[in-house]
Amino acid sequence: MAHETLSQIFISTLLTNNFVLAMFLGLCPFLGVSGRLDTAFPMGVATTFVMLVASLCAYGLNLLLGYFNLEFLRLISYIVVIASSVQLVEMIMKKYSPALFRALGIYLPLITTNCAVLGVALFQTSREYDLAQSLTFSLGGGAGFTLALVLMASLRERLQLSNVPTLVQGTALSLILAGLLSLTFMGFAGLGGLE
Amino acid sequence: MSLIKQEDDAITFDTFMEGVWRQNPVFVMVLGMCPTLAVTVSAVNALSMGIATAFVLVSSCFLISLIRNLVPKEVRIATYIVIIATFVTLVDYLIQAGSLKLYEALGAFIQLIVVNCIILGRAEAHASKNPPLKAVINALGMGVGFTIGLFALGGTREILGAGKLFGISLFGEHFQPWVVMVLPPGGFFVLGGWLLLFSLLRSKSENKEEHRHGA
Amino acid sequence: MSATVQVTPGSKMIITMGLVASLCGVLIVGAFESTRDAIADNKRIMIERAVFKVLPGAASVREYITTPSGIQAWSGATPPAGALKFYAAYDQAGLLKGVAAEASGKGYADVVRVLYGYDLKCQCIIGIGVVSMRETPGIGDKIITDQAFLKNFEALDVRVNTELTALSNAVKTVKHGSKQNTWEIDAIAGATITSKAVGRGINESAQALLPKLVSHSGELQP
Repeated sequence: MAHETLSQIFISTLLTNNFVLAMFLGLCPFLGVSGRLDTAFPMGVATTFVMLVASLCAYGLNLLLGYFNLEFLRLISYIVVIASSVQLVEMIMKKYSPALFRALGIYLPLITTNCAVLGVALFQTSREYDLAQSLTFSLGGGAGFTLALVLMASLRERLQLSNVPTLVQGTALSLILAGLLSLTFMGFAGLGGLE
Repeated sequence: MSLIKQEDDAITFDTFMEGVWRQNPVFVMVLGMCPTLAVTVSAVNALSMGIATAFVLVSSCFLISLIRNLVPKEVRIATYIVIIATFVTLVDYLIQAGSLKLYEALGAFIQLIVVNCIILGRAEAHASKNPPLKAVINALGMGVGFTIGLFALGGTREILGAGKLFGISLFGEHFQPWVVMVLPPGGFFVLGGWLLLFSLLRSKSENKEEHRHGA
Repeated sequence: MSATVQVTPGSKMIITMGLVASLCGVLIVGAFESTRDAIADNKRIMIERAVFKVLPGAASVREYITTPSGIQAWSGATPPAGALKFYAAYDQAGLLKGVAAEASGKGYADVVRVLYGYDLKCQCIIGIGVVSMRETPGIGDKIITDQAFLKNFEALDVRVNTELTALSNAVKTVKHGSKQNTWEIDAIAGATITSKAVGRGINESAQALLPKLVSHSGELQP
């Protein structure tokens, strides 16, 4: 049942079904790394990149597993292949583009076990997306993740200057902020639904 | 970070209670939040997810603890992930065989148990350093703590968002459900609320402690 | 790590990983084999339940797919691109009761998937059920609770034209209260987008499936 257009998928994953705010994927980095704006953005870009790699791997792997009728090995092979391909990309990046590596490299190992990355792979499989749809899905998901991260970091930077009761400080405050952001994003629902 | 010393093999009540209360994964450590928020729209979903996670946690900690002296340090994380993924696949099939309805409600989040940081965290911090029995008891505590946390969230969201618990209507006809509570923002709000409650309790008990010392 | 870093030989690493992986493989295959029948049963029961709901009176279900030239029984393999899957339902006596197929359209929050039941005699849709959706509770989910909306699907006209190429009249969702023809769906007030998603999905699926079905309906007889 995969006849969504590419733009529908992109808008849906970026705004209406934002990975972080509507589907709760990748919350650990969302709350952990969103303290400062200058780390939030590179983290988002690196995650988007890893998602693209993961989506590509998962697509290929799924074809292979389908061909041999080995669907029951899907999960275990996804996680192993995604983790090792990210490692491989990291090594290649280190050798050929040290500048890029310095900007993104420290985030890569953190991202490999991020549930948003495995989530991309699993959701695109269960929705039976083809290659172009899968890549759009992961790109939209990554962009949505970056957007949420950057918004959250900006909010939290502002909050540092305000007078918050000690009781509320920390994760509780971040969660309530995230809830408000999520509420805001619900306003995007319906986008892309009409032709 | 486990406070228990490495060479301390004694199994105390605290081995179990650590995960249930002092280091509760949901309310204290705030770990593994993706499933925490995504599937807790109803008490049943929350309980099943908690039990599934606890099962994976206990069985992978047992296996990891059994082979803890055989695995070279360099490849230990890879080994752990493979073991965890195996048990998650097991749970995935068991749930499918048990109830497809539940399986569809939990969706991809069953498979996402693999990347739940609680499990890898326990494997690395506890199971890889302790004998099997102790690792299992500790993991069981963590699993119970996680399940309680999920249930608290799922229950609250179902009561507020649908006026029901376990599908049974609690209030009369006139109750207007807070629909937002079963929508994504509600997940953030309810968890935020619970965390607030816990920090309130903690600050109260600290105050009491101070008073006692002062007197 | 202490100052005297001990390097583990590569062979030991590979052997350990290999052993762990084979153990895990055995576990997974064991679980897969032992649960396969139960899962297949569950899936069948679930499909039957859904189909029986949209085609009252049905007692058994068989799965078919469309091919470029007609229809054929579904073998269980992944259907080729462009093929539609549908379910033929039979009553107690083994007579063809109707056909159920899935339709999906982009709704308010995400894709809405419904199953519709088609009656060959009256050439109309006689019931729908929701397969999956994430619409707003209390608003979009009225498509399964709103009796006036469900009334649209008691006899929704999906006659196929005489050339057997498309529906005579495309299924269309119209604004609440302005339904005039039997092939129109009266939208729910306040949940127009979800209603439209259902209408569009059914139209898309029916346009592709029904012309083929009508010309090959003989093959469905037991």
